[in-house]
Amino acid sequence: MSQASKGEKHEAAKDRSMVLQKQMIAEHYERLERAPETGEPVVYTFVPGNLTELIRAFGALPVLPEINALQSGMRGRSRDFISEAERLGHSEDVCTYVKCDIGMLKSGNIGPTGTRLPKPDLLLLSYTGCYTFMKWFELLREEYDCPTVFLQVPYQGDGKLSAEHRDYIAQQLRGQVIPALEKVTGKKYDDTIEAELKRRLALAAKAEDDLVAVLQSAKKKPSPIDAYFGGVYYIGPIFSAFRGTEEGVAYYEALRQEVEARAAAGKGPITPDGPLDKQDYRLVVEGPPNWTHFRQFWSMFSDWNAVVVASTYTKVGGVYDFGFRHDPDDPLGTMADYCGGCYTNLNMPSRIDMLVDYIEQYSADGFLINSVKSCNSFSAGQLLMLREVEKRTGIPGAFIESDLVDPRYFSAANIKNRLESYLQMVDARRAERAGGGGGGGGSQGAEARP
Amino acid sequence: MTEQTGQTEQAQQAQQARERIVGWARERYEDLSFGHARRWCEEFQAKAIGHLPVYAPREIIDAAGMLPVGILGGGDQLEIIRGDAFYQSYICHLPRSVIELGQSGRLDFLSGVLFPSTCDVIRNLSGMWQVLHPEVYVRYVDLPQSDDRAIAQRFWEGELRVLMRDLGRVAGLAGPVSDDALRASIARYNDVRRVINELYNLRREMPWTVPTEELYLLLRAGEVVPPELFIEKTRAYLEAARATPDRVRDRVRVVVTGAFCEQPPLGLLKTIERAGCYIVDDDLLVGNRLLVGEVETEGDPVAALARAFVERARETSVIYEGDVDGKRTLLKRRAEAAGADGVVFAAPSFCDPALLDRPMLKAGAEAHGIPCIAFKYAENSAQFQQFREQAGTFADAIKLWGGQ
Repeated sequence: MSQASKGEKHEAAKDRSMVLQKQMIAEHYERLERAPETGEPVVYTFVPGNLTELIRAFGALPVLPEINALQSGMRGRSRDFISEAERLGHSEDVCTYVKCDIGMLKSGNIGPTGTRLPKPDLLLLSYTGCYTFMKWFELLREEYDCPTVFLQVPYQGDGKLSAEHRDYIAQQLRGQVIPALEKVTGKKYDDTIEAELKRRLALAAKAEDDLVAVLQSAKKKPSPIDAYFGGVYYIGPIFSAFRGTEEGVAYYEALRQEVEARAAAGKGPITPDGPLDKQDYRLVVEGPPNWTHFRQFWSMFSDWNAVVVASTYTKVGGVYDFGFRHDPDDPLGTMADYCGGCYTNLNMPSRIDMLVDYIEQYSADGFLINSVKSCNSFSAGQLLMLREVEKRTGIPGAFIESDLVDPRYFSAANIKNRLESYLQMVDARRAERAGGGGGGGGSQGAEARP
Repeated sequence: MTEQTGQTEQAQQAQQARERIVGWARERYEDLSFGHARRWCEEFQAKAIGHLPVYAPREIIDAAGMLPVGILGGGDQLEIIRGDAFYQSYICHLPRSVIELGQSGRLDFLSGVLFPSTCDVIRNLSGMWQVLHPEVYVRYVDLPQSDDRAIAQRFWEGELRVLMRDLGRVAGLAGPVSDDALRASIARYNDVRRVINELYNLRREMPWTVPTEELYLLLRAGEVVPPELFIEKTRAYLEAARATPDRVRDRVRVVVTGAFCEQPPLGLLKTIERAGCYIVDDDLLVGNRLLVGEVETEGDPVAALARAFVERARETSVIYEGDVDGKRTLLKRRAEAAGADGVVFAAPSFCDPALLDRPMLKAGAEAHGIPCIAFKYAENSAQFQQFREQAGTFADAIKLWGGQ
């Protein structure tokens, strides 16, 4: 049992940055609710390939349906929304984010924080790394009387974004996306808007620097962060409405200071059950988390003093830790690079390379794939990834299954058993490498298991 | 010999010709080792390039002097031994049987495989193929989705040029596939599309003359034989079919939709028809007729092929629908064109494109008073009783009460 969860039941412990983020999100939803009165145009778009700086430069507000869906999942509301969508004829086989969103819409469109979501003035369909996005907005278009603009981001099938593909994205931005935003906001893309876009891209780059410093702090032992369960909080602002904003920059400055202070003090991250300073397992995780049982899922790791040191899910809205930053000197080109480089737009060999790199760079003891039923973009091919990463690193991997926001697909006992068996196997491997005898002996010496 | 005897003999000969052609097609459909394609490659010292559904520009493969081979899974004839180890239970069946075909060496005669942008599963399969078969040319073919035609056409021309360069290299040509070779191939594939249209027209006009089982077997054969041979066989079939119509049965006319990628077992198609439906339109193997009308054979062939796709591609779930009324009216238009009484949504389990589209298409059809039923299948479904009951009840309901 971890030092965090021993003794009495804890209230969920929170970092200061988490509190700050909660305020930012609440204010954003309130602003969205007031949008019909304030006249601020509302643009619905997706996390991967989002063009927040451009939307904001035009004075519009972004709404991200995946965020609404995952928040609904965390707040225990997704089951009813999904049931409502299935009752309306949506297949049980398809993405539960989509069904959660449609169910929420059909149930009055009250967002996760309890405020009413405004109707979109524009559906900005960024087709980056996920086929379902295309259908999602075709479906939403049936519900709203508003224009849709489509941005096709070619897949990096050859492992890189070719110059032609980059140019294709930039052409669409110039020829389709910008004119659509001009029409909806009544503003011309002139020097003033472009200057504002550049300013926001510079703000984005600053926040990206801080985010990368935070994520890479996990190379330290003990890691001052959990790069998966904690990581999803860290990416929240930059993957949603706050990239390219002053609030976003302030959040990442505060977060970085907080993490650096923890690192300097040799402390671990705050988990829902308290601080995790003693870390017996360093893991890399591939795939999105389950949102409906998020805290329980996290506790399964922290109970075993397991910390996640790197994850691929935290790259789904942008891969920054291999050098990319938004470049204010090339606004359209840099947005094209960003869209093309989001994690699920990378081909399978690139995704395998990334996992191998993380395992090596972050001195991981193991890696785990959480395969979610809803997301073929992530999940199709993960069993091959498991095999290839094992082959290349010599480190065994674990495979568990759940879903994004459908609680019917979260089997706690099953996941817990698999995780515990896996960690015991990691112990056994360590013992073998250490020359035999006994289990235990984690990174810092594991105690007897619960 | 009397005139009547002569006619009987002619009909018998036509019937025999028809059976021979269907038998020829069935042999190729059932041949999961691609023996005929392999022999063709040996005989002509040529290579073969595979492609997944839904649409791949087969003209470029053909113009490179190689054989285009549609990879459509293993159907209900292939035992999956290795393929299941690569996929979770909630992924459709097609990729497991494709992996099975690959891992068992049945596709080792292919020098390359194209993975068109159909869905995320096929997209990710392209990368899996790169890992599992590093010796083979692999390309993910990103179809143009932008609804700005000029931008989309420029993009697609660029993609086609890349394929011409790469496939020229794979074929061992001195350079890229030439424009002249591509023009000649476009002309051949115009003929392919023409005979397929004839086949569909005849079935639509006299569905008792062209059972869907036979039409489908011919189309499947067309996926693995050179275009000239497909054209020859299909023309001969059309002639024989016109000479040997079956008796007209009391069946309703239906459009089958949703089956454009993972293919239904043949038994399912037969079941739908035997349960009291004539299939008068479908999207089975729709890639072979995705381009509507003739592709120009004069001028720049790459521009012509790109223009045909961007301006005249058949509407399908795998291409973005820019027109807000497109989904709402699609099945009404298809049903009217085919003179259909109803729509059968037959989609593979876990098929994102078909199943995400279904609520929109179904609402559109029902808003126009077109009755619908829906069921899911897998390529290896073996029990058809449930489908028979559903389709039979559907047909009876239409006969009794007509549309809504």
